[in-house]
Amino acid sequence: MAGRWRDLGLAALGLLLLLLVPVFGAPPAIRDFIMFGMAYGLLAMSLNLLIGYTGLVSFGHAMFFAAGAYAFGLAMQSGKFSIPGAFVLAIGFTALMALIVGAICVRLNEIYFAFLTLAFQMLFYNIILGWVSFTGGDQGLMGGIPRPKFLGIDLADRTQLYIFCSVAFVVCIAILRQVVTSPFGYTLRMIRDNQERAAFLGINVIMVKLACFVISACIAGVGGILLTLFVSGAYPNFGFWTTSGEAIFMILLGGSNVFLGPLVGTVILRLLNDITVTYTSHTELVLGIVILVLVLGLRKGPLDLLAERWENRRQAKAQAVRDAADKDAQAGRDA
Amino acid sequence: MLKLENLKKSFGGVAATRDVTLDFADGSLSAIIGPNGAGKTTLFNLITGRFPPDTGRILLAGENIAGLSQRRIVRLGIGRAFQVASLFPTLTVSEALAAAAQAHQRRETVLRSPFPLAATTKQGDEIMELLGLTRVAGILSRNLSHGDQKLLDIGLALALDPKVLLLDEPTAGMGPEERWRMIETVQRLWRARRMTLIFIEHDMDIVFKVAQTVRVLSYGSVLAEGTPDEVRTNAKVIEAYLGKSAHGTAGQGATA
Repeated sequence: MAGRWRDLGLAALGLLLLLLVPVFGAPPAIRDFIMFGMAYGLLAMSLNLLIGYTGLVSFGHAMFFAAGAYAFGLAMQSGKFSIPGAFVLAIGFTALMALIVGAICVRLNEIYFAFLTLAFQMLFYNIILGWVSFTGGDQGLMGGIPRPKFLGIDLADRTQLYIFCSVAFVVCIAILRQVVTSPFGYTLRMIRDNQERAAFLGINVIMVKLACFVISACIAGVGGILLTLFVSGAYPNFGFWTTSGEAIFMILLGGSNVFLGPLVGTVILRLLNDITVTYTSHTELVLGIVILVLVLGLRKGPLDLLAERWENRRQAKAQAVRDAADKDAQAGRDA
Repeated sequence: MLKLENLKKSFGGVAATRDVTLDFADGSLSAIIGPNGAGKTTLFNLITGRFPPDTGRILLAGENIAGLSQRRIVRLGIGRAFQVASLFPTLTVSEALAAAAQAHQRRETVLRSPFPLAATTKQGDEIMELLGLTRVAGILSRNLSHGDQKLLDIGLALALDPKVLLLDEPTAGMGPEERWRMIETVQRLWRARRMTLIFIEHDMDIVFKVAQTVRVLSYGSVLAEGTPDEVRTNAKVIEAYLGKSAHGTAGQGATA
């Protein structure tokens, strides 16, 4: 219980910090950086629910990012929905899509799962490209996304949009935190560690994986909605495989074994991107080298390294408790 | 409690289980022995639904469970520990037991409350107490000693509150002293829980001292069954399995 209050406190603190940015009149570039970071951060954080917590390496996660973006954008452009209405509709659409795709994919393991998710993503991407009359094809959703006022909130205003996105972002992170610290979250870890044993304890592995897949897709969908609101459009590359790849990079850069690792990875990746792009056109080269160093050198994300230190210290304490108990027991037997 | 009737199972052309009929009384403590390849583990796999028998029936409290899924069979009350401990490496002992208990209590998909739930912690603590694992509560499963890993494996099965508990070589890979400590723990939990317990064991001294009844498997069929004394003096067993001397050298002969 104490952990939950601490988490809520940290979430409130995080939101406060985010909201302080416009108060101090940060330059628009910083605000834009944070908005992009929040959208892609939700993509990476939700993907890590699959990769880090459940052991499901999906290569197709960006399709749900794009699904949220397009469903929201199209609903708003139709003029029939308010922003909250389109928000709910977009998440519902993403959930339905994840349910169908997931029902087929989660039956497979490891590389087969990865490739099937990749295949569905390419299918979805090609539908976006091909259905020009509906999605605008490779031009994306043109003409801007209308943002009518609702409940006195005007998202056409940059500051109000920023506040809206910050709240949605923190709520999503809190939901993810709730998932991974709940009994369900530990069921996910059991499946990651040893799914045969989990099944042998009566757990319905397929259904749990599917539920996790849908939750994760919905959060990615919210990320897509935030991005659509921010750039006032939706583009096919939201759902291209390189976007999924980027999300995996973010997880690698931060660390998959620490809750906020992927978010740190998002910040690192976007910083690397923004910094290198001003000096060189070979951004990918720099990125590749950093990834190589992490993968070959550390074999884990920087945050994982810190977490490991922390865990080792806790383990040493637990082992000291055992050794003392064993010594007592041995003395008892000898006597 | 558990009745096997004319069980048969072949893999390819090889018969692993040929016409096995056995009856395990409610609350009994039985051992299954037999040389390597006798079909002992296959029998456990059949009982727990890892694969279905080709023919035959498996009756749990009178109800046929042959052909049901592994998950259904677990829910009906058959727990199992493995020859090589099958654990969750990144969970601590107390986390693993609470997680197993929540699966048993059908709370494995609870999202609203934080882990671990009070009821599952309680069940996990009782198991740790019973097995002497309280001293390693905070240690990650992958960092446990071999003996503690075997105990935790049994603990995970106990979290299911099984009516029938199957232990596949609980003392595998242990030194003599550790073996006796393990088998004492097994006896203790059998008395405490009053369940039907069946274990596979290679050490004849342990089998003859601990088990109420002994079943001898050989080439997939039942060679003999009875009390330890009956089995020890059974001519077929002596000839086929234990060698000439029924006692002294038998233990070594069987373990090798």
